[in-house]
Amino acid sequence: MEKRLTQARERYPVMDRDMVMEVVRTVLITMSGDLSATEMSLLSEVEALGRTISAAKQEIASLRVDDIKERDIPFATDELDAIVQHTAGATHAILESCEMLDEVASAVSGEAARKLQDAVTKIYEACSFQDITGQRITKVVSTLKIIEAKVAQIITTFGAQNAVIEMPVTVSASSEADLLNGPQLPSNAMDQSDIDKLLASFG
Amino acid sequence: MPTDKSMNVLIVDDYKTMLRIIRNLLKQIEFNNVEEASDGTGALSKLRAGNFGLVISDWNMAPMTGLQLLQEVRADTKLKTTPFIMITAESKTENVVAAKQAGVSNYIVKPFNAETLKGKIEMVLGNA
Repeated sequence: MEKRLTQARERYPVMDRDMVMEVVRTVLITMSGDLSATEMSLLSEVEALGRTISAAKQEIASLRVDDIKERDIPFATDELDAIVQHTAGATHAILESCEMLDEVASAVSGEAARKLQDAVTKIYEACSFQDITGQRITKVVSTLKIIEAKVAQIITTFGAQNAVIEMPVTVSASSEADLLNGPQLPSNAMDQSDIDKLLASFG
Repeated sequence: MPTDKSMNVLIVDDYKTMLRIIRNLLKQIEFNNVEEASDGTGALSKLRAGNFGLVISDWNMAPMTGLQLLQEVRADTKLKTTPFIMITAESKTENVVAAKQAGVSNYIVKPFNAETLKGKIEMVLGNA
């Protein structure tokens, strides 16, 4: 290019505005021929990248992410809420029958009374499942809300239509919120004897 | 000295089924004067208004948790010596440590059995 500029200067020692424009035009027209092989390859890579991003955007838009937010997640949480309500209802019905059996047990005596009482106690103990399953379901609902927010975030990043970032609201009035771990899975939970030992270690 | 089973016992849990279960288990071991609260705030006002010999509380409740209730109880000159048993699904070491530091009398992990409940009550009421 420098060589061409020198040639032009030699050819036109006195230049007017039109002449300069003509030179610039000539240089621009022939410029693509001056790109090196590496530059051309880089350019085509960038073009390919652009096409990939555009395709990804279309694919994400076609996922109908609004459905996840508007329909799928609410459906799943409603189902889980219904489970909690139904188990609570059933547990109350069981407990009511147990209270009746308790009354009957107080009217009988001897071995039969003891057996009846033991059976009723075992039912009471088993009914605590409703509390534990309820707490586990609450954990699952918060996980679903996190997934929902993350999906929305990905959509927004890729610029799809109608996507909104909505981070889950952490509902906690407690400064010890990080201690609300909820029920642990049996494999990593401490049982009563572990807790007794831990308490005893305080002296 | 035998345990005074006529004492008032306050049970605190946000699950109605759990309150009902604990009430019935207490009845089986002849504690018949049982009152209920569904969270820490309600429990605290009942404790301040009444005369309770024992508190059995869940941890995970809103707006006031069982741990906060315990801290309030231990900071209250009138209530601070009241025996306080935590019954909770929280079973991590950090939970037990935090409860112990806050002055819990004993700690029962859910699901629990009637025998454990009876044993811990006798222990905290000094009749082990």
